[in-house]
Amino acid sequence: MLNVSIKTQGAEMNMQTNIADIENKVHNKIVSRDVDVFYGDKQALFGVDVDIPENQITALIGPSGCGKSTYLRCLNRMNDVIDICRVTGDILLDGYDIYSKDIDVVEVRARVGMVFQKPNPFPKSIFDNVAYGPRIHGLASSKSELEEIVETSLQKAGLFKEVKDRMDEPGTGLSGGQQQRLCIARAIATKPEVILMDEPTSALDPIATAIIEDLMDELKNNFTIVIVTHSMQQAARISQQTAFFHLGYLVEHGETNTIFTNPHDERTKDYITGRIG
Amino acid sequence: MHKTQHNNDLHTSQAARKRVRKRYQAQTRLKMAGLAAIAFAALSLVTLLYSVVSRALPALTESYITLDINLEKNVIDPQGNNDKDTIYSASYSKLVKTALKQKFPGLGRTEKRQLYKLISDAAAYELRNHVVKNPSLIGKTISFDLLADDDADLFTKGRLGKVTDISTSGLPRLAGATSYGEQVTIDIQSKAFNAGLDQVKQALAKHAGVIERQALNQQNAIRNMQEKLALVKTEEERTQLLARQKAFQDKYNHLMSQVNDLKARSSQTGGTEKLDTTLPSLFISLNGGVIKATQVSPDQIKGNVVVPLTSLKDVNANDWTLQLLTTPQDNRKITDNQIIWLGQLAKENRIIKTFNWHFFKSADASEPEEAGILGGLLGTFWTMLVTFSLAFPIGVMGALYLEEFAPKNIFTYLIEVSINNLAAIPSIVFGLLGLAVFVNFFGMPYSSSLVGGIVLALMTLPTVIIASRASIKAVPPSIREAALGIGASKVQTVFQHVLPLAMPGIMTGSILGMAQALGETAPLLMIGMVAFIVDPPTAVTDAAASLPVLVYLWADRAEVAFDMRTAAAILLLLAFLITMNGLAIMLRKKFERRW
Repeated sequence: MLNVSIKTQGAEMNMQTNIADIENKVHNKIVSRDVDVFYGDKQALFGVDVDIPENQITALIGPSGCGKSTYLRCLNRMNDVIDICRVTGDILLDGYDIYSKDIDVVEVRARVGMVFQKPNPFPKSIFDNVAYGPRIHGLASSKSELEEIVETSLQKAGLFKEVKDRMDEPGTGLSGGQQQRLCIARAIATKPEVILMDEPTSALDPIATAIIEDLMDELKNNFTIVIVTHSMQQAARISQQTAFFHLGYLVEHGETNTIFTNPHDERTKDYITGRIG
Repeated sequence: MHKTQHNNDLHTSQAARKRVRKRYQAQTRLKMAGLAAIAFAALSLVTLLYSVVSRALPALTESYITLDINLEKNVIDPQGNNDKDTIYSASYSKLVKTALKQKFPGLGRTEKRQLYKLISDAAAYELRNHVVKNPSLIGKTISFDLLADDDADLFTKGRLGKVTDISTSGLPRLAGATSYGEQVTIDIQSKAFNAGLDQVKQALAKHAGVIERQALNQQNAIRNMQEKLALVKTEEERTQLLARQKAFQDKYNHLMSQVNDLKARSSQTGGTEKLDTTLPSLFISLNGGVIKATQVSPDQIKGNVVVPLTSLKDVNANDWTLQLLTTPQDNRKITDNQIIWLGQLAKENRIIKTFNWHFFKSADASEPEEAGILGGLLGTFWTMLVTFSLAFPIGVMGALYLEEFAPKNIFTYLIEVSINNLAAIPSIVFGLLGLAVFVNFFGMPYSSSLVGGIVLALMTLPTVIIASRASIKAVPPSIREAALGIGASKVQTVFQHVLPLAMPGIMTGSILGMAQALGETAPLLMIGMVAFIVDPPTAVTDAAASLPVLVYLWADRAEVAFDMRTAAAILLLLAFLITMNGLAIMLRKKFERRW
């Protein structure tokens, strides 16, 4: 079942790498091979190979500074924003290298949406927050179509009932949990295939966290979700796949059940039992 | 037990108390020093505002003299063909002079000139405009408000000395003639003129004091000579010094004899004093006329008629007044005659004070009563227009590039440092640059708002860039990430999210920069916006002077009336600055609330 440590080079290999996947008819949405990330002279990730299966939740766990967020941000090229950051290796989205020269980074980010640690709605109305993505990507040809997209996105994010009467009010006026769901709705509105979540509940209280976790469980039917989390309980609760990072290395990667109950690596065991981290 | 003991030691021991007291004292001292600093600043501000406002207030009103003017047909339109040009070019000052002559008849040439000087040159132009607008008035006699000259205006505002009543009791007896210039002798039994004579004697005593000080200077010089004589070696030098000493001695003796004479005259009781232009003026109003005293004794005044009397009849007590003006005629800009005429006009309610529209409606002029700030205001407007339309977009774009797009390398670092240094360059240097580059090299019009605006834009640019960068930097990175994460391009992120959020800060910084440019004079002096410009500028290429430069120009003028107009212009400039700063604060507050 494990698809760890098979070092391959190039895109043509990705479909054939794992016999188990083919048997289970699981399509790997994202395949990354030998990903190194450098911040200037400092290397942050060392040869990371992860396959992220479609319509599942993949949790990235590990102690602070282990590189899990760095890896996540590689998946929609958010690291491009940082001048000194350099990424090598292959990251394939449906078989296409998202780091190849002729790819449109805007297109990548439209297909791979992102939700951040701290809720960051635009200082605009709730409607405009959700409508912004569809507008810039030209997803709606008419006003009513746009309204429909906004409504379904908010419904999918489980926020529609709470905000339907105050769509014109600023998104920043919502509570923390509502703001994070608004950000999820905003990410959904551009009709992405993958949603990256960078510790989406770390700034929220337990009730808001529970709501978001339920939401993610529903969303995985339509989207592939990759989530970075500090909380092992959360990873255990919601994810199907787990990848454990330590000091820039991918230590272990596999089904969540296996990782938490029968980890292969000593370091994984130590982390799960609370001895490191 | 031990612990309690220890606590007691810590908090109640002598040393602890001392420590606490010392700490509180230090705190109080700091607080007091801060308070004192603020109080000093506040006091300075209040003093400044008080001095400017109190000096500016008289400039708010202007005086008009109402006269009946006969719009003679043969002066304005001799052919009678109602031709506009003829009406326009007629000599209206002649009509004004005629009206004045009719009001105060029988004057000689010098007096006439003094009389005409009561009315501003602008009065004739205003009369002309009135007649051109209403040609039907030609041939009629109208009552017209003529703009008073600045000195007449100042006198009616009490700025050139005050006339006070000093005596009205007793029964004056008159001898002489009633018409202008005639001599009149007024006797009074009650010695009521003593009040006037006393004032004259006080003035004499003052003169004595002044001359005595001059004499003392001579004495010092003599003493100096004596010291030098003691050291002298050759006979030749000795005779030279002795001669000089003798000259000083003679001067001293002469001055002291004057002093003694003045002192004797001022201390005697009674006596007769001749009034000249170095002594206070005395006027007597009776029988409908005014007499200017030329000689005064306790029971007699001799004087000349300035406003003709109706008769030489005896006068009852309280039907006459003796008026005093302590400032001697030599020390003021208005003559006795002019004062008497103005007093007579005021008595007939012919002097009116109105709001000073000239100050707001006209451009610069050589005569204070005609000068206004319109030219300066328009010059400032055009200059600021050019400054804003250059400094704002260039500054914001520069800041955006540096913050959002520029790679962090030595080159950008150098640019950053240069911009920060540019903000500290003396503004006059920008003026020199403007003169050399824009005027001389590019041949842009000298003295124009265009060049002034460009120079001020260069000066404001660093301020705008620095403020814009700070507020762009203050936009949380999470907003950028949010936009990029949805798939917005860099340009979309910057222009749809970062810039709108940074705009209040950018506006605030820009307005403050503009306010700084508004009050700037030095660079404008260099590029020639300091000229005397009578026509308000109508375009950026017209020669213009800005408001602060106008203040600078006016502060240099000799006329007292310009003093108050300068203060008024300063006040207006301050009002603009306060408005702009207020606007900046308002913008900031408003947008802060929205987001």
